[in-house]
Amino acid sequence: MFFLLDRHKRYDCVLVQGLSWMIFSFSPLDLSLLAISFWFVLAILSLFLSRIHGFHLCRMFLPGTAGSILLTMSGFLGLDGSPQAKTIPLGLPGLPFHLRQDALSSFFLLIIGFVSLGISIFSSGYFKDDHHGKEIGFLLFQYHLFLISMTLVLLSSDSYLFLLSWESMAMTSYFLVVSDHEKDVVRQAGFLYLLLAHIGTLALFLSFGILSSGGGLQDFSGYAFEQMEKGQHSSLALTMAFFLAFFGFGAKAGILPLHIWLPEAHPVAPSPISALLSGVMLKVAIYGMVRVWFDLIGIHFLSWKWGMVVLAVGLFTALFGILFALTQNDLKRLLAYSSIDNIGIIVMGLGLSIIFFGTGHPVPGALGLIAALYHSLNHAVFKGLLFLGAGSILHASGETNLNRMGGLIRSMPQTAILYLVAILSISAIPPLNGFVSEWLTFQTALSVPLLETGGIRSMVALSAAGLALVSALTAMCFVKVYGIGFLGVPRTAPMPKRHESTIPERLGMLWLASGCLLLGCLPTIVVRYLETITISLTGGGLGKNANGAGWLWLVPQSARRASYSPIVFLAVIVVTTLLTFLVIRILFRRKTRTSASWNCGYPARTSRMQDTADSFSQPIRHFFSPVYKMTRHLPLPTDEKPIFFVEIDDQSWFLFYRPIQKIVEKMSALAGKLQTGKISVYLTYSFLTLLFLLFLVKSP
Amino acid sequence: MLPAHDSPFGVEMVNLLGAFILLVAFAMLASRRTLSLIRLFAFQGFFLSMSIFLVAFLSGESNLYYSAFFTLVLKVILLPWILRDLSQRLKIGGDIETLVNVPVTMIIGIGVVVFSFSLAEPILKAASTVTRSLIGVGLACVLLSFLVMITRKKAMTQIIGFLSMENGLLFSATNATYGMPMVVELAIALDVLIGAIIFGIFFFQIRETFESLDLKYFEKLKEDEE
Repeated sequence: MFFLLDRHKRYDCVLVQGLSWMIFSFSPLDLSLLAISFWFVLAILSLFLSRIHGFHLCRMFLPGTAGSILLTMSGFLGLDGSPQAKTIPLGLPGLPFHLRQDALSSFFLLIIGFVSLGISIFSSGYFKDDHHGKEIGFLLFQYHLFLISMTLVLLSSDSYLFLLSWESMAMTSYFLVVSDHEKDVVRQAGFLYLLLAHIGTLALFLSFGILSSGGGLQDFSGYAFEQMEKGQHSSLALTMAFFLAFFGFGAKAGILPLHIWLPEAHPVAPSPISALLSGVMLKVAIYGMVRVWFDLIGIHFLSWKWGMVVLAVGLFTALFGILFALTQNDLKRLLAYSSIDNIGIIVMGLGLSIIFFGTGHPVPGALGLIAALYHSLNHAVFKGLLFLGAGSILHASGETNLNRMGGLIRSMPQTAILYLVAILSISAIPPLNGFVSEWLTFQTALSVPLLETGGIRSMVALSAAGLALVSALTAMCFVKVYGIGFLGVPRTAPMPKRHESTIPERLGMLWLASGCLLLGCLPTIVVRYLETITISLTGGGLGKNANGAGWLWLVPQSARRASYSPIVFLAVIVVTTLLTFLVIRILFRRKTRTSASWNCGYPARTSRMQDTADSFSQPIRHFFSPVYKMTRHLPLPTDEKPIFFVEIDDQSWFLFYRPIQKIVEKMSALAGKLQTGKISVYLTYSFLTLLFLLFLVKSP
Repeated sequence: MLPAHDSPFGVEMVNLLGAFILLVAFAMLASRRTLSLIRLFAFQGFFLSMSIFLVAFLSGESNLYYSAFFTLVLKVILLPWILRDLSQRLKIGGDIETLVNVPVTMIIGIGVVVFSFSLAEPILKAASTVTRSLIGVGLACVLLSFLVMITRKKAMTQIIGFLSMENGLLFSATNATYGMPMVVELAIALDVLIGAIIFGIFFFQIRETFESLDLKYFEKLKEDEE
């Protein structure tokens, strides 16, 4: 017996050693490629397995997590190491694919790996394969191809592979969004998404075209990123490349006014897909911005004027996103608008960074970049968790409308706790992760005294005030989500049947929730890793002051200005809560009594007396009424069966898209008049054109 | 390569053939019957083939002999035969209504000829061929065939106009630069043949759909106004 145990032990030892040897002998790039090939095999396999009757296809999400783990490790190892490059002779003859994994792409690979791990675990319990065997197989196929495309976007080091995988990312995500394609509204949302994705890609093509014209045109090597970095361009060309990239990546990320696809596509997509789109794909767009701006164009050519535009767009996007999130009553639509808000905050960080680099202050510049990257990671984790939770709620109660929820904390207590973590994170409550990155963005904006010109100074200071407003509104928005959704009692008349989410769902959410906690409590370590990115991109980090403070205190610039320690914060919170609890327990020794709260002598109480989602956000609708386009129906007091009804429309439809639509329609109507349907008339057109052209040739 | 024969008589003959071709083009413009249109088309092909043969003889370009031969086989024998067969099977040999009446069409045609001759003036100076004065005739022939296509109501005339336009092009090319490269000419010949066959198939389909080959029924294909 002992002998056997011993042998087992030795066997385990060999196994562990072998595994660790295998992993460490691989370079990060190899690990990423391994993850890609693993997912690819899995994608093909799931298509075949979907033909087997009675196979539990949803379990196929679980092996996919191995790819996520590989990618997480690859990203983690790559953060430290030197960049690695590979050239793969695929693609067109003479135009091979270039792959490169440096610190920046490693960081975003880490995001994909970390978040997709939680989402894959969640999905294995979320999707059900009773009668949709084929469709689940197709979903699995697209899901893994989507992960592969995103990874390839990060790994590609030439515009050819980049745009190829970018388009493949758009296509696969489109198919994932229209998973329930039987419904009209789903197909419409999918089309809107595809349209904006393609308009964005068009801008990217132009941007890369300008950048690749700098050198290497003779031997067609200009398409590689390496050549683009070296290329010489006029300032006009660089400005165009900069803003085309902003437009192109912005269409994917959802900056104003290209955000319109987000609130349409997210509610109709399955929740884990929304989590992946909002949590990860939007970050890939952010990666594109950072790559083109800080690497391909290069920080020495960045002008602070561009930064001002980016900052302003970011601020408006954030404000717009949160104002609309506040007034939504569909949970997933609310989360979509909140994603717009967070993308706005990230873009603000990038804008601040460009302003400081452009005016010759590399330290706050690096800080802005770090804040933006940190917020990308944080948003990926907590927004992933929020969308997954929305999915669990949808399955447990069949509702996405907040007005009809309430009291979920009783039927799904564990989900409620995990959701609370995400709510606190996104509301930027210390010691959770959302606070750190927003605080860092603030610290960047507060470096404003360094700037010389009054105009920029006031703009940057104003943006800091705007950011404060956004943070406060975000907190209010998510108080609404949690207060209306989880607390109180159900708002629908017959008590709905509800149940706790499945175990894989809770595990997936637990993974992301622990991410929120870790990222919030260990900011010094995260920032140190992020510093390696700024050093590799810009050659400079935060300087000595920041690093000298040790692991406990996060000091962005100098200890005299500002410092923050979540551990101390957490300790204070825990100690105070415990002491209060103990004091109350000791002082009041009465038995605990359960009864309805605020039941002060009312004879009848119905669940309709509670605040609803709409009534909670009424003050905001009132204050910011010029922003909204409202259609309201308020019943008279004498109405026996009152129906309240508020609909908020997105102004950008009326400001930007309707005029474009009208112009296109007018032009089509004019062109339509030319078409009589008579062949003779068409022939006459060509005849007259021919005569005219001949006449032109004759008289030069 | 054969020696060039710079005889004034030969050039006069080519001019005469050019005049015939132009005459036939006008005759097509005036013709009201499908079968006579096809016959005129065959005549035009014959004159074209003869003129190419003569130009080949005068210039010594041996390629042009092949060109003349192909034209003879394709445009005098094969295509008219296919077209006649088609029109008999479709029973559309009779009258064709015109959109614009014949005298007006003729007057427009005269204007077009004047325009093409004035157009040919600069090309005339640049060209170095013996028969360069005929470039205008070729251009006029192209434009007149276009007019044939525009002014007739039946689908059959569209293809005859189209084929005769190709005749005009070939004639211009022969007289301006001693013909297009052989490859191009062969390709065009093949296109024309295949085009005729495809048109034939389409005619049957169209007649099945609309029970007529009258172009006015095609207007139904247009999307309705809202």
